[in-house]
Amino acid sequence: MSYQPIRFYQTGTFTVGNRLLTEEQRSVQSGRERTNSLNSGHRACQGCGEALGARYAIDAAMAATNRQLVAANATGCLEVFSTPYPETSWQIPWIHSLFGNAAAVGTGIAAALQVQGKRDVRVVAQGGDGGTTDIGFGCLSGMFERNDDVLYICYDNEAYMNTGVQRSSATPPTARTNTTMPVGESTGARFGQGKNLPLIAMAHEIPYVATATVAELRDLEAKVRRAMEFRGARYIHVLVPCPLGWGHGSAETIKMARLAHETGLFPVFEAEHGEVKHVSKIRRQLPVEDYLKPQTRFAHLFKPPGHADLVARIQALADRNVKRFGLVDHAEEAT
Amino acid sequence: MKKPFAITLDPGSSLANHTGSWRTVRPVYVDRLPPCNDACPSGENIQGWLFHAESGDYEKAWRLMTEANPLPACMGRVCYHPCETACNRAQLDECVGVNAIERFIGDEALKYGWKFAPVAKATGMRVLVVGAGPSGLSAAYQLARAGHTVTIREAGPLAGGMMRFGIPKYRLPREVLDAEIARIVGLGVTLELNSKVDDVLAAKRDGHFDAVFLAVGAHIAKRAYLPAGSAGKMLDAVAVLRSMEGADQPLLGRRVVVYGGGNTALDVARTAKRLGAEESVIVYRRTREKMPAHESELEEALQEGVLVKWLSTIREAGESSITVEKMTLDDKGIAQPTGEFETLQADSVVLALGQDVDLALLDGVPGLEIDGGVVKVDANMMTGHAGIFAGGDMVPGERTVTVGIGHGKLAARNIDAWLRGETWTHPPRHELASFDKLNTWYYSDAPKAQRPVLDIVRRQSTFDEVVGGFDPATAQFEARRCLSCGNCFECDNCYGVCPDNAVIKLGAGNRYAFNYDYCKGCGLCVSECPCGAIRTQPEEI
Repeated sequence: MSYQPIRFYQTGTFTVGNRLLTEEQRSVQSGRERTNSLNSGHRACQGCGEALGARYAIDAAMAATNRQLVAANATGCLEVFSTPYPETSWQIPWIHSLFGNAAAVGTGIAAALQVQGKRDVRVVAQGGDGGTTDIGFGCLSGMFERNDDVLYICYDNEAYMNTGVQRSSATPPTARTNTTMPVGESTGARFGQGKNLPLIAMAHEIPYVATATVAELRDLEAKVRRAMEFRGARYIHVLVPCPLGWGHGSAETIKMARLAHETGLFPVFEAEHGEVKHVSKIRRQLPVEDYLKPQTRFAHLFKPPGHADLVARIQALADRNVKRFGLVDHAEEAT
Repeated sequence: MKKPFAITLDPGSSLANHTGSWRTVRPVYVDRLPPCNDACPSGENIQGWLFHAESGDYEKAWRLMTEANPLPACMGRVCYHPCETACNRAQLDECVGVNAIERFIGDEALKYGWKFAPVAKATGMRVLVVGAGPSGLSAAYQLARAGHTVTIREAGPLAGGMMRFGIPKYRLPREVLDAEIARIVGLGVTLELNSKVDDVLAAKRDGHFDAVFLAVGAHIAKRAYLPAGSAGKMLDAVAVLRSMEGADQPLLGRRVVVYGGGNTALDVARTAKRLGAEESVIVYRRTREKMPAHESELEEALQEGVLVKWLSTIREAGESSITVEKMTLDDKGIAQPTGEFETLQADSVVLALGQDVDLALLDGVPGLEIDGGVVKVDANMMTGHAGIFAGGDMVPGERTVTVGIGHGKLAARNIDAWLRGETWTHPPRHELASFDKLNTWYYSDAPKAQRPVLDIVRRQSTFDEVVGGFDPATAQFEARRCLSCGNCFECDNCYGVCPDNAVIKLGAGNRYAFNYDYCKGCGLCVSECPCGAIRTQPEEI
């Protein structure tokens, strides 16, 4: 685990807060003094995972840096719904330039701060999966290889949602998007395409890489805090379900993120200098159907006669993750 | 037109954008009825006092607990805890050990000498309570706290009723009972012992009482016709248990047979074992599944070496033996004789076939109705005679201490209202917080804590208390297993999971409020609330 979980205090550290814990043990989000970096009145859809994930992450970064933080934002949902001219929902210094250059802008801010000798002011660059894994990938890889002092946070909702749900290189196989419609012979996004950016980031051997979801707040906060303990390039990849693009109920955003982890489809781990250090174990392992069925982007897999073979291939992906990252403690499972 | 180049609007905050107008449903905080509270015959707010126990504030927990039940140290020992049977946690792993925590808190109160809050201003009204059993004590406590002048008349030499003369010491040590009774008397209740009421109307008139609560219990042992050859030793269970409180212990012999299948039968059989009987055998006409006694008591009795002859009735009792007939259950589950007989050695036979109510004091009370040997009462616990209320074992219902305490409380509320010329009505019950309302993902995995049990040798030879209490750490652990079904326990989940910051945290003890200016009605707070304390309702559009 990325943090020491607290057991047996009724809900331990599973819930956002816990009145039975001491002040130091409490999460940033449980505090009335949290910054609400992304404030009310933003125009994200009902139940938006990205709005939630961004507030979780940036509030944690604000707490970790004593509120000395600047953020650069890629084009995407997060930028569009938070800053329609001339309004802003951000309560931090925040800048948007282009779709593909958030990492480069972050690098520039970090360089400027260094010139000014402001070592206490830290830099975050953030974007969605499109701005990160596709359009901004070159700038991001450059930021990594130069080991620029920026924390890059990707909010991954697995497609271009803001422009009407088009496939990105983070879209999972079989998912329906407007560019991977399951019509005729097609069964949605193809197997064998896409890229795993956390592993690519690790391959750059940067100081810190982590994945997280909006279903595990304490884990996400601990990772942002840990990331801020390093200088150099850092990367956190947060899974943020999208009710619109995934086709689940607006009240099920956190449940979907939880299921992504519990089925093994989204491994949650952290790595330092290219080595995996901690893995978030699966608590109650579930078959991938439990994750796929509530989402209309996978509905065609279950429409009679169904695509049991494709579901089996998705299960194989989950099984591979479980094995590769050691997501299940088999000794514990046997007891 | 004094704006910089290419700028047309002043910058602003998104707070101007009241996204609450998007909403089609709105979340609202609710308090649902936890299954434990729903099941408690004494009407305790169990979830409520567990909330205080979770944070270690046992005195606050005790104060809330004693709103309904003035005898928690006793009840934490003898209650058959229907709350635990109903507990939602049982569907997750095991129920919360409510009974053991209640006992711990009850014992803490005695240890630290916590006193009840001073009584309300005296009303000048006088109420007579007949019987100092659990029901009478409970009513006296509630009435005294409401400011009425209360006198309890008890026929026996000591207060406690069946808690003293029915429940053995190894289940309820007498110093605990004495201390809790003394605390009730300490409220200013007059307790008159050895003071049998023979004529309730005369007692009411002569004592200038404005109302009467009857709770005389059921102390007359039911008899069964048994042909007894040469007058073997035949006793009744109530008398055996009562005599345990006196100087002379009953002489039961080496081989004791107890006839019956209720809790009283088990109490006698276990008592006989402790008095030195080599064999203590219960003869019961049906099967274990059909036995009315509580499973936990049967289990403890079996551990102590009590034997049970299932599907058997006593046909004849001789001087040193009895004849038992084997029974069989028919299609309807009714025991039928088989004609097969067997002889058992027995120095004494104790009949534990149930108890009847001594109704002599009610002779000639106009309007009062008796049905099936018990007194009829209306929903407000009043008998057919205005101003005379009744409860406990003498009215229809399950005969347990817990039910008795509940009756006492309910009767007291009604008496209080009646004395003021009003009628008490039960406040509307909240919707039940059933298991499907919970999001159990959030609760820690935690197995139920077990209470220490006295070693078997001492259980077979002494009257020391069998089941021990929790230590403070275990009590707190167990309290924290509570799921807080249907009632906010301030976990901050709603405050955290709202993507729109539309939940306002009001600070410790004050819960939360929704900011409907920004709540888009996504429902995340509802589905991620662990305890089911948020509900959605359609918005009027």
